[in-house]
Amino acid sequence: MNGFLALIGRDLRLARRQGADVAMTLAFFVVVVALFPLGLGPTPALLARIAGGVLWVTALLAAMLSFDRLFQQDADDGGLDLLALSGLPLVLVALAKAVAHWLTTGLPTVLLAPLLALTLDLPAAAYPALVIGLLLGTPTVSLLGTVGAALVVGARRAGVLVALIVLPLTIPVLIFGVAAVEAGGAGLPIQPHLTLLAALLAAAIPLAPLAAGAALRQAVE
Amino acid sequence: MSEFFAMGGYAGFIWPSYAVAFGVMAGLLLWAWRTARQGEAEVEHLRAVGLDPRRRQDAGVDVP
Amino acid sequence: MHRFANPTRFLRLANALLPWLAAAAVLLLGSGLWLGLLRSPADYQQGETVRIMYVHVPAAWMAMAGYTTLALSSLAFLVWKHPLADLAARAASPIGASFTAIALVTGALWGQPMWGTWWVWDARLTSVLVLLFLYLGHMALTNAFDDPERGGRAGAVLALVGVVNLPIIKFSVDWWNTLHQPASVLRLGGSTIDPAMMKPLFLMAGGYLAVFGVALILRIRALYAERRLRQLRLSLTDA
Repeated sequence: MNGFLALIGRDLRLARRQGADVAMTLAFFVVVVALFPLGLGPTPALLARIAGGVLWVTALLAAMLSFDRLFQQDADDGGLDLLALSGLPLVLVALAKAVAHWLTTGLPTVLLAPLLALTLDLPAAAYPALVIGLLLGTPTVSLLGTVGAALVVGARRAGVLVALIVLPLTIPVLIFGVAAVEAGGAGLPIQPHLTLLAALLAAAIPLAPLAAGAALRQAVE
Repeated sequence: MSEFFAMGGYAGFIWPSYAVAFGVMAGLLLWAWRTARQGEAEVEHLRAVGLDPRRRQDAGVDVP
Repeated sequence: MHRFANPTRFLRLANALLPWLAAAAVLLLGSGLWLGLLRSPADYQQGETVRIMYVHVPAAWMAMAGYTTLALSSLAFLVWKHPLADLAARAASPIGASFTAIALVTGALWGQPMWGTWWVWDARLTSVLVLLFLYLGHMALTNAFDDPERGGRAGAVLALVGVVNLPIIKFSVDWWNTLHQPASVLRLGGSTIDPAMMKPLFLMAGGYLAVFGVALILRIRALYAERRLRQLRLSLTDA
């Protein structure tokens, strides 16, 4: 358990010292969201209608930016081999990495999303669904991305590859996340969608680290 | 005969779908067959000339 | 090296099977075409376009059979580390992707006259599209490493992750669609299938399966030759 927390702490310290990585992810999020009104025209009714989808898709894309480096840096400097020998099961290494990834990119995205939603005229009633939905959905994305990141360690063009294999797997999260925002905006109950997002997270917490751990073992062998 | 090819006015949809289905399958089989044959021929070639370094050079086998 | 020692027994068996499979493919597809195009009735609702079913539905079945082959081979490779299973998995994904592509394109050609549109974001179509993405991801991942062994294992893990995720995607997409679209628009034909249509459908499906088998065997042979070539090159440089 100590090793697990230490690994999270190490990744958080690394992220803080190389703050540019996190800042770039957030900047990407903001820039891409800003492109939609420019591309589609500034009609408030249209923007309000698509705001949920735009924020969710952009949050997914922003998350993809950082996955190729999740294990690659450690693999390059030998840290991954040390982690594999440290006695901490690789399943927990993967889980710790996913937690650190979510804290450094998922959580800031969740905090930034309501501000961007303001610029897109998202109906006021949809905000709880947006924020709670992202809170439940982005950890699942981080977990799935950890699997992809573990699979592409040592691969050529890992950045594009990880997006190509992870994005299709995140479709359920996207569907229920956007459905929650739409239900919220229409004044319908949002609990069913949020419950499904929570169920996906509950399934991903044990399964994704298991798969990522298996992939990491292949990578260090 | 022309009635058959007209397919009740849907010829523009029916014939292309048969063409795509059989075209893709033919392409798949051709690719699989050619890669298998080429690979096996190359293995045979290398095995035949590979044991003798002088013959290997004569046969133009690239030795990295 | 010893790991790649003995797929020879499999290859002998496969090569003995190959001419029979090829003959079966020709016969089944030929009779399926004959019955499907000339000796089966037009549908009372869909007219002649129902004939697209004979090339479309078997392709969708093979798209699924392809993923089953991929997943079982991947499991066998991870559990028993048998090199042949790795070759089978690598061979299965482009074949499965081809049949998925056939299913999507013929589906679009069927959808245009029937539904008045090439593509709808209907649950079925969307989940088949995702299946195509999974095949493409698997192909890209297995070929992205300098060490083929590493690529094979990463691909195997991804294929198994896909097994867990595919039903979830299917379920979420089904559910998503019912929110947006009334199902009645998207119902195919709606009639139970006439026996006169069953026969060409199953003949074609048998023919597709034989094509699948032939392509799988040939690709396994090609990949095996690639491996042997690699080994020979390495052993020659060592010598």
